Amino acid sequence: MSVPAIAGKETQAPLPAGTRPLLLVEGLGKSFETPEGVVIAVDGVSFAVAKGELVSLIGPSGCGKSTVFNIIGGLTPASQGRVMVDGEAVSGPHAAIGMVFQEESTLPWRTVLDNVAFPLEIQGMRRSERLEIAMHFVKLVGLDGFERRYPSELSGGMRQRVSIARALGFRPKMLLMDEPFASLDEQTRLLLGDKVLQIQQELGQTILLITHNITEAVQLSDRILVMSYRPGRIMRVVEIALPRPRTSEIVSSDAFGRYVAEIWGDLREEASRGMRHDEIHALRDARA
Amino acid sequence: MGERSNPFWRSPALVGIASLAIAFAAVEILIHIGAINRYIVPLPSQVLLASPRIIAEEDVLGRFLTTAGEAAAVGLLLAAIAIPLGVFLYRAQIICAAVESWVGALAAAPLVLIYPLFLVIFGRNALTIIAIGFAAGLAPVVLKTLEGLRATRPVLINMGRSFKLSRAQQFWKILLPSALPSIFTGMRLGLIFGLINVVGVEFLINFGGLGQLINDLAERYDLPAMYATIGFVILVSVLFFAGLERLERWLRPVQ
Repeated sequence: MSVPAIAGKETQAPLPAGTRPLLLVEGLGKSFETPEGVVIAVDGVSFAVAKGELVSLIGPSGCGKSTVFNIIGGLTPASQGRVMVDGEAVSGPHAAIGMVFQEESTLPWRTVLDNVAFPLEIQGMRRSERLEIAMHFVKLVGLDGFERRYPSELSGGMRQRVSIARALGFRPKMLLMDEPFASLDEQTRLLLGDKVLQIQQELGQTILLITHNITEAVQLSDRILVMSYRPGRIMRVVEIALPRPRTSEIVSSDAFGRYVAEIWGDLREEASRGMRHDEIHALRDARA
Repeated sequence: MGERSNPFWRSPALVGIASLAIAFAAVEILIHIGAINRYIVPLPSQVLLASPRIIAEEDVLGRFLTTAGEAAAVGLLLAAIAIPLGVFLYRAQIICAAVESWVGALAAAPLVLIYPLFLVIFGRNALTIIAIGFAAGLAPVVLKTLEGLRATRPVLINMGRSFKLSRAQQFWKILLPSALPSIFTGMRLGLIFGLINVVGVEFLINFGGLGQLINDLAERYDLPAMYATIGFVILVSVLFFAGLERLERWLRPVQ
């Protein structure tokens, strides 16, 4: 396999000419009041995601990735900038966005099928209709046979698949995922990555993935937006020119390794800066 | 042969009954050998024999129904007033911060001591008994409802927000089911406190159900019959616990 060239150091993420973005993020900023003063978590973040694209936002811990996730999902207001989804400004939770959270978010008192049908129930859909649709998405994530089980009877990876099926059942134009596989082991993570790739291919689903895992980002993405440590800014955009359809077998290719090494080269200094910052805070807290 | 092939050790109910039988046998032996004064604690066999007598002569089943009815009224009042009060305090944070410690103090207060006040307000009737039982059970139900609602995982609330749930939907579909185990713990505690006070006040004001009968039998120094009546009080408690457990499993099949 030939090793594709890696994109340059642009800090914007331009779409091909004439492509209408499904998601447009412009000049996004978020600052928090803390006892130590104002902390700028995210500053001047701008990017666009086209329909059918899978874009990852990667950065070290504390760079504001989850803040961006919450702002795009309409759960937190931005301090500056704006978010547009399918031409509409996001000022709160939006029907065009389906969210998958880092923490396990299935409802423990509902079966797999009832969990997946939950958003449809909220929309007021008839029971028979919503269960039929829910069953379609249960099958899509490979959980048929487990539809009558409760989340406590499933593994962590299966529970996250329930969350993905539930978000997809909402028929969102864009799936927004915040480190959905962070708590899973590497092998499960790779296999679930395959499942996400398969779903994306089958549905043509637009996905924005927030992650700190370089391997996961390269395995899944069309583009990777690399963020700096606090204040979180997009410091580089990497086009991933690996062939599609893709599976986790891609991780053994030379090109994959080069992408991972290149992105780690960018992130290493930022991650070290974050670690130093955490150490200084821990020391100060210990002295206090 | 291991434990697996022995049905006795695999049945908690049988183990429980066997433990009770062993405890009764031990007390019987200790009384027979004089280690326990038989004028204070009657023989368990005499207590068992007294049961048919109190059913025939003392209308213990009617009194059982009276006490169970009063306890049920306490339970319904707790469900209808104390749980909504806990929800209100969860929503009204300022009021909650102001009164939460008072509610906590109320849980520890021996309310039965102010029964004369209730007598003045409600008179010597079942209303006084139910009112004191309710007051005694109020605090644990309010506090456990509050605790359960607060313990709802933020990610579930955010998930609900992402699906644009209304405030009412957030409550009925996420907050309440999430808090149910804690609310039921509160109801169990509330019913324990309530039943203790119901029987205690029946005893003190010599009115109503099993508490009054225990008072009568104690004054007649009919200890076997008195202990047998206490057994019926325990039966009320067991029935309410079993009922609550069934209700909880119906409302939330998996914990």
